[in-house]
Amino acid sequence: MADNKNTAIAQVDLTKVKPYGDALNDGKMELAFTLPVPYGEEAEECAKQYVKALGFLEPNVTYYHELTPGFTFFVVYGSAQQTIDYTAINVPKVEGTVMDRVECGEWIGEHIGRDITVVGASIESDAHTVGIDAIIQMKGFHGHFGLERFKHVVPYNMGSQVPCEQLIAKAKEVNADAILVSQTVTQKDIHIIQLTKMEELLEAEGLRDKIILTCGGPRISHELAQELGYDAGFGPGKYAEHVMSFIMQEVEKRGWQDKPNIADR
Amino acid sequence: MKSKLNLDFNVVNSARQHAANIAHDMQDFIDRHTTVSTERTILRLLGVDGVDEVDNPLPNVVVDQIKDAGALPTGAAYWMGNAIVQTGKTPQEIAEEVGAGKLEITKLPTCSQEEAAAALEPAIKATFERIDMQKAKRAEYLKTIGEGPEPYLYVIVATGNIYEDVIQAQAAARQGADIIAVIRTTAQSLLDYVPYGPTTEGFGGTYATQENFRIMRKALDEVGEEIGRYIRLCNYSSGMCMPEIAAMGALERLDVMLNDAIYGILFRDINMQRTLVDQFMSRVIIGYCGIIFNSGEDNYLTTDDAIESAHTVTASQFINEQFAVLANIPENQMGLGHAFEMDPSTTDGFLLELSQAIMAREIFPNARLKYMPPTKFMTGNIFRGHLQDALFNLVAIWSGQSLQLLGMLTEAIHTPHMQDRYLSIENAQYIFNNCKHIGDEVEFKEGGIIQSRAQEVLGKADALLAEVEKEGLFATIEKGKFGGVKRPFDGGHGLEGVCVKGENYFNPFIARFMDHE
Repeated sequence: MADNKNTAIAQVDLTKVKPYGDALNDGKMELAFTLPVPYGEEAEECAKQYVKALGFLEPNVTYYHELTPGFTFFVVYGSAQQTIDYTAINVPKVEGTVMDRVECGEWIGEHIGRDITVVGASIESDAHTVGIDAIIQMKGFHGHFGLERFKHVVPYNMGSQVPCEQLIAKAKEVNADAILVSQTVTQKDIHIIQLTKMEELLEAEGLRDKIILTCGGPRISHELAQELGYDAGFGPGKYAEHVMSFIMQEVEKRGWQDKPNIADR
Repeated sequence: MKSKLNLDFNVVNSARQHAANIAHDMQDFIDRHTTVSTERTILRLLGVDGVDEVDNPLPNVVVDQIKDAGALPTGAAYWMGNAIVQTGKTPQEIAEEVGAGKLEITKLPTCSQEEAAAALEPAIKATFERIDMQKAKRAEYLKTIGEGPEPYLYVIVATGNIYEDVIQAQAAARQGADIIAVIRTTAQSLLDYVPYGPTTEGFGGTYATQENFRIMRKALDEVGEEIGRYIRLCNYSSGMCMPEIAAMGALERLDVMLNDAIYGILFRDINMQRTLVDQFMSRVIIGYCGIIFNSGEDNYLTTDDAIESAHTVTASQFINEQFAVLANIPENQMGLGHAFEMDPSTTDGFLLELSQAIMAREIFPNARLKYMPPTKFMTGNIFRGHLQDALFNLVAIWSGQSLQLLGMLTEAIHTPHMQDRYLSIENAQYIFNNCKHIGDEVEFKEGGIIQSRAQEVLGKADALLAEVEKEGLFATIEKGKFGGVKRPFDGGHGLEGVCVKGENYFNPFIARFMDHE
């Protein structure tokens, strides 16, 4: 039994991983895509060659269909050859311990000794409130309550299409410890443009090191956030407790316990 | 027809009566006010179009000039009619002169209201000839090439480039779509003007412009003739320019328009006075032109919980229905909205969704119910998403929905790719055909989960409407009873564009648009 248990694991070379279908290193992958070519046998061959050119062996077009004259949809299977060294991977993660809602409230009471104020908005052209609501609104998302239900947290939800200037003005007005920026629309990288604008404006106002700046959205990672000059980024599967766990520990790290006013920081 | 849900129609009647009282109460307010967007709509219907040299739309230029002169309470119709009397020019020529800085429309000598009204007649006649021609064209298409069966398959295009949208839309029509909605670019709802001309840049959608409407209309007529099925065009009569876009839709033969009496207030933070006045003007146009409006109740469920707050959807459907009655919109143009948005991890959630959808059909038997797909609980797992959409399609065919906005497996990832629409249409066609008569065959257990749920939701909707009637719609919205969103009476965008009508105010279009059926 002991031997059996180890067989599959033992054979994996983590310095050279590739997709798994039903046997180690078979490299099996399924692809679905459209080519702007007329439907027919040439189209099928074109898809096969395309997938081969991507580095797959034995491409197999399992289904193809005309979407409209001049466009054909394909489902293709193939065996990938490319490998990746898993042992060399390094993913930047938001630092600190993640606590739940109740623990966050208690932790702030004990370690900060005052309420933490945050201001959030979906900025500029983005009309979607779903992200910022999921984090701030009382009911939260997927059974994870929002910041409005947290003890010792005072959140302001400014909604959507909020100009960066207005968000910063509000943060100053209420002496926010942190700003939460939500971006849902990502077409043509509009989120990058808008997030950059926000960071630059905060910098220009001389507030960048006096306010914790975070962002979130379905296409946002911590790594991207850091590249854009944010303190943290929160992607899919992150809820209010992740955001607040980070902010409160950051407030402590920066020694803002006795500095509720921005001017004192 | 016997209710499958064993609904008490005394409760339905009670809820409907409360909603009628709420709408009537609001209508008094609406009748006393006008807005900049309503006045711009009047100018557009008088034939004013185009932009000045810095791209300000001429309807804005003229209305702003009237407003700055403090003369808006008299209404744009009077000032335009007066200018025709004084100059002998057409509304478009007059607007161009205002745009060029050559004319101050409120500084001309003044004629009587009757003379001004009479001077507008040729322009009004020309507009109605064009609108009536468009209505006749639609009727002719429906008679000759016909249409697909309900539920209509409704898909969106959202490339940002109207010419790319055309390719996507024609492909979707060939795959089986019955309605094409061109999603608007994300920031347009808060613009206090309608952009001009064809556009090729947008974020998450394409600008709604009259030229873009024209381009897409032509493309859909072409593909409709090719495949032998009329393809309906949908856009948004919503946001700050709600009635202006309705007028553009009337002129360019749109068939479906997103249009909700209170959506803009709740979800775009547009001032409530502004929205209620604007929705009336937009709805009288929609009613006359044979356009199906789509109300936005589905959105309540993206901000609020779909199980706990289901009754707010039903209550809002009653309110939207009654506002539509006041604008003389026929029942078969009432696309009351709702959605399949319950958390998919809910035990028996499918039963609750089915209950809600059949209830909507039984309460509004002649409405063109618009059913919206899951969005809130779509995750990026496209395989599970495709299954969620399948359950949504099953509820739709079972409950006899009219307009089925197809869910996309890639919802929550990106605006649809060409192949996503194909997969969605195939999903719906498979289920609609395979389960075609399921609704006629299946009855529900008396007092079971499905019946009890519908009775409970209806009861709560009736109670909520009674409360709204007592407090008034404005106060209810201020308290956050819909969508869990609170909006102040004097807050939000666009309040500065609302004004009380003066003694000599007239709007030559309301009565004419109301005069049908």
